[in-house]
Amino acid sequence: MSKNDFLLQANELHKSYRMGATKVKVLKGADLAVKEGEFVAIIGASGSGKSTLLHILGALDKPDKGTVAFVGRDLKKFGSAELNRFRNKKVGFVFQFYHLLDELNVLENVYLPVMAGRSVIGWFFCRKWAKRRAEELLEQLGLSDRAKHKPYQLSGGERQRVAIGRALMNEPSLLLADEPTGNLDSETGNSILDVLEKLNRAGQTIVMVTHDERIAKRAGRIVTLVDGKILHKDMSIENRK
Amino acid sequence: MYKIILAYRYLLKRRITYFAVLAVALCVFIVVVVMTVMTGLVNDFKQRNHRFVGDCVAGTESLVGFAYYEDFVKVLEQQKYIEAVSPVIKSFALVRNKNSKQDYGLEIMGIDPVRHSQATSFGDTLYYNKDDVSKTFRPSYDPNLTGCVLGGLLRGEAEDIYPETSFVPRTSFSVSCFPLTAKGALARAGTDLVNIKTFYFSDYSNSGLPRIDGSLIYLPFEQAQMLCGMAGPTKRTSWIHIKFRQDVDVRTGPLDALSCCEKVRSLWDKYKQEKAGETQTYLLDTVEVQSWKSYRRESIAPMENELTELIVMFGFVAITTVFIILVVFYMIISHKSKDIGILKSIGVSGANIIELFSGFALLVGLLGSGVGLFVGWLFLLQINRIEDWLFEHFKFQLWDRTMYAIGDIPNRLDFKVLVVIALSAILVCLIGAFVPSWQAARQKPIETLQVNQL
Repeated sequence: MSKNDFLLQANELHKSYRMGATKVKVLKGADLAVKEGEFVAIIGASGSGKSTLLHILGALDKPDKGTVAFVGRDLKKFGSAELNRFRNKKVGFVFQFYHLLDELNVLENVYLPVMAGRSVIGWFFCRKWAKRRAEELLEQLGLSDRAKHKPYQLSGGERQRVAIGRALMNEPSLLLADEPTGNLDSETGNSILDVLEKLNRAGQTIVMVTHDERIAKRAGRIVTLVDGKILHKDMSIENRK
Repeated sequence: MYKIILAYRYLLKRRITYFAVLAVALCVFIVVVVMTVMTGLVNDFKQRNHRFVGDCVAGTESLVGFAYYEDFVKVLEQQKYIEAVSPVIKSFALVRNKNSKQDYGLEIMGIDPVRHSQATSFGDTLYYNKDDVSKTFRPSYDPNLTGCVLGGLLRGEAEDIYPETSFVPRTSFSVSCFPLTAKGALARAGTDLVNIKTFYFSDYSNSGLPRIDGSLIYLPFEQAQMLCGMAGPTKRTSWIHIKFRQDVDVRTGPLDALSCCEKVRSLWDKYKQEKAGETQTYLLDTVEVQSWKSYRRESIAPMENELTELIVMFGFVAITTVFIILVVFYMIISHKSKDIGILKSIGVSGANIIELFSGFALLVGLLGSGVGLFVGWLFLLQINRIEDWLFEHFKFQLWDRTMYAIGDIPNRLDFKVLVVIALSAILVCLIGAFVPSWQAARQKPIETLQVNQL
C-alpha cells in the first residue's frame, strides 16, 4: 500500500512541552495511518498525549519532529493561509467541552465555519445554502427545534451534537473528536457515539480520542498510545473478535 | 460576516463594554464642550479685535506720530479695494472727573466718529448715538459743548453722580496732555507745559475688549491732535485705520486680506519715497503697515496659546483614554480566549482575529463618540440656562465676565471640530484595542482550548 492510499499519515511524531524548568516529552515517535472511511479510536491513559496527537493531526499544533501527511501532502509545507483553509474545509473538530460560541445561537454556531471561510460578499451569495445545510444537519442530529436557542439553554448532549453539526458543516474529509463523550453521562454519551457510528457508516473518516476502552470499542479500529508511542496499530474489531 | 456579528454581540452582551463606551463618551463630551466654548471665546475675541481695528492699520507706536498723513489718506481713498480710511490720534492723558476730583491715567484716542465708524465698528459700540454717529461728540444736554466717549467699563466715572439714568448724565472731564514736538521734545516749557481741555460726557463705547473699555477715552480728532501737539503747520497723526471692500472677506479669504495689506504696504513705501525731501521725513521711518491680527497680536496671542494648551491637555486625556480602552480590551479579550481558540480551530486567521476585535473597538468608538457628541450637544444647547441657574442659586459663574467680556457662553458647534473629535475618539479606541487584539491573534488554539484554561 503506497502512502498516498492513506487519508492521513503521521510518522515519527515527537512533541515535548516545557513545564517550569523541566521538559516533558509527550510524544516519542508516534506513528499513525488512517484510511478514508475509517473510524479509528486512540486510547491511552490520562496525560499519555492523545489530545496532543489529535491536535497535531488536525494542524492545531506542530510536532517538534516527524511528519503529518494529508492525502500525501506534508502539512509542514502548508503556508499559514493553506493551513487555515485545511482547518476550515478538510478537518472538523469535536471537543470534549463542546466549545460553542455563547454569543451565537445553535444555527449560527453550526454555519459558523462557512462564514469563517468566506468574505462578506462570499457569505452573501452562499448564505441561503449555508442556512439550509445547517438546518438539515440539525434535523439529522435531532435538534431542529433548538435552532434559535443559545448554547447555555441546551443540555450537554445537545451541545455536543451542535458541535458535531458545526464540525460537519463544510463536509470535511476528516472528523477529529477529542473525548467527545468525556463530559456526558453514559446514556447521552452513547447517543453521541451512535451519531458518530452513523456518520462513519455514511463514509465519514473519524479519528476519536478516548481514555475509555468501552467507548473505543464502538470504533472500527483501536490504537493505543503508551509512553508517547502507538503500540497496537492494527487491532481492528474484527481481528480482536 | 462572523466578525460583524460577533463584534456586535460582544458589544451588546459584555457589561464591561459599557464602561469602555462610557469612558469614550465622557472624554468626547468633555472635549466637545470645552473645545466648543473655548474656540467660541477665542473666535469671538478675535472678531471683537477685528471690529475694533478694521482690516489694516498704518502707523506708529511713537507718541510723536507721523507727518504728511493727509496726502496718504487721499492716496488710500483712491484705491478701489479700500472702503474707508480713518486717521487716529493715540496718546496718554491724565483725566479728571470734575465731580470726583480724582485723576486717572488713561489712553486717549482722537477720532472722526463718522470716518472711524466706516473703517471700524466703532458706531456699533456706542450706547446713545448708535443710530447717528455724527452726534457722538455732541452731548445731548448741550450739543454746543465738546463731548467725549468713555470706554464702557469706565461707566462708573460718568454715573457716580447720576446712577442708572436713562438719559446722558451731565458730567465733564478735564483731559491733560503733554504736547510733543516732531522731535519728541516737550512742545512747551514752564507752567504752560501741559495742554488741558474740558470735555463733556456724551456716550459710552462697549467694544467687548475689557482692556480697551477700561482704559480708553475717545475725543474728537482735531481736539486730540491739538492736545498732543500734533496740530502744527505740519499736522501729524498716530495711526490710519483702513477697511477693505466687503468683497475682500478677511474671514473667508485671509490671503486676499493679506494681499490687500501688502498693497497698502507697497503704497506706503512708494509714498515714503515721494516724501523723501520733506522736513519731517524721519518720522515716516517708524510707520508700519500691519493687518488687524498683527496689530492686536499682543492681546490675541495669549488667548490662542490658551487654546493650544487646552488642545495639548486634551491630548493627554486622549492618551489616558487609550489606556482605559487598552485595559478594558485586555479584560474582554482575556475572557474571550476560548472564542479565539474555537475560531482558530475552524480556520480563522490571526489577521481576522485582529479585524474582529478592531471591529469591536470601532463599534465602541462609534457608540461612545455618538453618545458623547449627543450629550455634549444637549449640554451646550442648555449651557447658558445652566449657568444662569448656577449664578442665580449659588452665585457661581463658569466664565468670569470681567475677564472674557462675553454675554452668553459661546455654544455654536463647529461641524469640522466635531468630526475631528469623533474620528480621534475612534482612532483612540482602535489604538487601545490593537495591542490586546494582536496578542489574541498570536494565541495558539490548543493553549486556549485546553481544559485547564476553561
